[in-house]
Amino acid sequence: MSDVRLQSVRKVYAGGVEAVKGVSLEIADGQFCVLVGPSGCGKSTLLRMVAGLETISGGTCSIGDREVNEIEPADRDIAMVFQNYALYPHMSVYDNMAYGLRNRGTPKDEIDRRVREAARILEVEPFLERKPRALSGGQRQRVAMGRAIVRKPKVFLFDEPLSNLDAKLRIQMRVEIKKLQRALGTTSIYVTHDQLEAMTLADQLVVMNKGQVEQAGAPITLYERPMTIFVAGFIGAPPMNLLDLPASGLPGLSLASPVSGPVTLGVRPEHLELSTEGGALAVEVQVTAVEAVGAESYIYGALGGQGPEIIVRIPGRDLPAIGASLRAIARSENLHFFSRETGIRLN
Amino acid sequence: MEKRVVFNGRLLPYLLLAPQLVITLVFFYWPAGQAVLQSFLVQDAFGLSTEFVWFENYQVLFSKPEYYKSMVTTAIFSSLVAFFSLSIALLLAVQADRHIKFAAGYKTLLIWPYAVAPAVAGVLWLFMFQPSLGLVSQAIRVAGFEWNPLLRQDHAMTLVVMSATWKQISYNFLFFLAGLQAIPKSVIEAAAIDGARPARRFWTIIFPLLSPTTFFLLVVNVVYVFFDTFGIIDAATQGGPAKGTETMVYKVYSDGRSGGDLGGSAAQSVVLMVIVIALTAIQFRYVERKVQY
Repeated sequence: MSDVRLQSVRKVYAGGVEAVKGVSLEIADGQFCVLVGPSGCGKSTLLRMVAGLETISGGTCSIGDREVNEIEPADRDIAMVFQNYALYPHMSVYDNMAYGLRNRGTPKDEIDRRVREAARILEVEPFLERKPRALSGGQRQRVAMGRAIVRKPKVFLFDEPLSNLDAKLRIQMRVEIKKLQRALGTTSIYVTHDQLEAMTLADQLVVMNKGQVEQAGAPITLYERPMTIFVAGFIGAPPMNLLDLPASGLPGLSLASPVSGPVTLGVRPEHLELSTEGGALAVEVQVTAVEAVGAESYIYGALGGQGPEIIVRIPGRDLPAIGASLRAIARSENLHFFSRETGIRLN
Repeated sequence: MEKRVVFNGRLLPYLLLAPQLVITLVFFYWPAGQAVLQSFLVQDAFGLSTEFVWFENYQVLFSKPEYYKSMVTTAIFSSLVAFFSLSIALLLAVQADRHIKFAAGYKTLLIWPYAVAPAVAGVLWLFMFQPSLGLVSQAIRVAGFEWNPLLRQDHAMTLVVMSATWKQISYNFLFFLAGLQAIPKSVIEAAAIDGARPARRFWTIIFPLLSPTTFFLLVVNVVYVFFDTFGIIDAATQGGPAKGTETMVYKVYSDGRSGGDLGGSAAQSVVLMVIVIALTAIQFRYVERKVQY
């Protein structure tokens, strides 16, 4: 069993800055857990604490049955893929992958077998004798992955491994990472700031903000039932429309069953549809901009003519004129209500 | 992406290079040429007549056993100084790189010795190790060891090696520290996760990645010990006792200045120059190949 358990893990830096404020997480054996959040939210720090590259200021971190707080990175039986790949520039691709095995005194023929197998899986066999500087970004990324898998560790840690790649390669590598993780069945923790990467890779998605976990769960749960305003705004692209409703209501907006008190109403662009009647929520917008992205289009409009901006997704390319007035509706199960003071979900 | 400035005129590049070229010619090539010329001449004691003698000065030089002795002295002296100044500086730099607290103060203090003139460094160490009055000598004597660099050649050699090393450590330290800081932290972290303990990390990752710096410093240090240590030897031992610390550069001075043999001294400096050029060439040719860039 190589599950990872974090219990109220905290990180306080020497200057008194608290980067991680008590995070508790359970990552089951073989699970793919993605930590996502804006920069500075503590996700990388948390990962580095699991790796042993940062000391843990409070709480405990366990891998399998063993608490690893005081254990050296070398003895945690983990492998990590870094954002800049961190390949050893003076070693060949083969030696880069063999280094960890040599450090552990693995027999030579066993090293050779494992390195060649990893090279085959990752399709870097033709480059085994090359130095990292003679490789492209994507190839370096594969070597970094190879270095992680040859050791057959208990846990893989990924620190934004795809952010240095171009968009096309990123999607391709994303799929490969997912396949590889499924095939190997190794518990993985993956840090990213890209919510699309997070949604597609995760078994368990953890949204972090300001050193705390906002919400953890299956990606689709976070999409369908965000528990805080932050998660609602972070998951999904284009982002959810979030409207602050005063007690008196907003001009151009009507709810079938009015809510009381100051609340924030959220509705996703894809849950709004153009219709002249009905709807648990109906908004009148004046079109300010339109975007056609092929199969679908986005309409940007001002609520009631000069209110806050609202985005509506429509299928096809049948775009309204700028300045036109439209009516869009949403069903009641697609409405999210949050407390304005605490940011917590109400419905 | 490399950015290059392109000059179209022919004159401008030469003009821009001119100051450096003039300095090199006037202060390096001209004296060197003078030395070569002088080495073919013999002057009488009063400087009244000069005779062109071709290689006679060199023949005389290489027939003297004490010249070979100064070569051996130089070899011992330079390898000891280069070895100790490089390894101690590397050790200090690794410590400084690891320790962040008070790093600025620590670094500043380590750099100070470099600002001390060689002659002053020699005098400082002479004072500390002067057999009858020196602070350190007294402590050594209390410990029951008979220390006397004025009489014992090995003691004198130890003294000059210590002072020359002490002075060069600062310079090497600075470069090693810069070299260490240029190594990406994540590479070292990756090695730590790959199961390498600190000592193994140092020898398999850090040391190979530092090799360009080490190579550069090796060249600079060899030149330093061959020439710039003159002041230290002059102030601390004057090449004594019984020429036990007379390196080649010091012999150039003592034969030419005190001995009045200008032709012979010029021949010695030409030989010294050839040796240093050869050593540097060998370092570039053979050591550089093994350097990881």
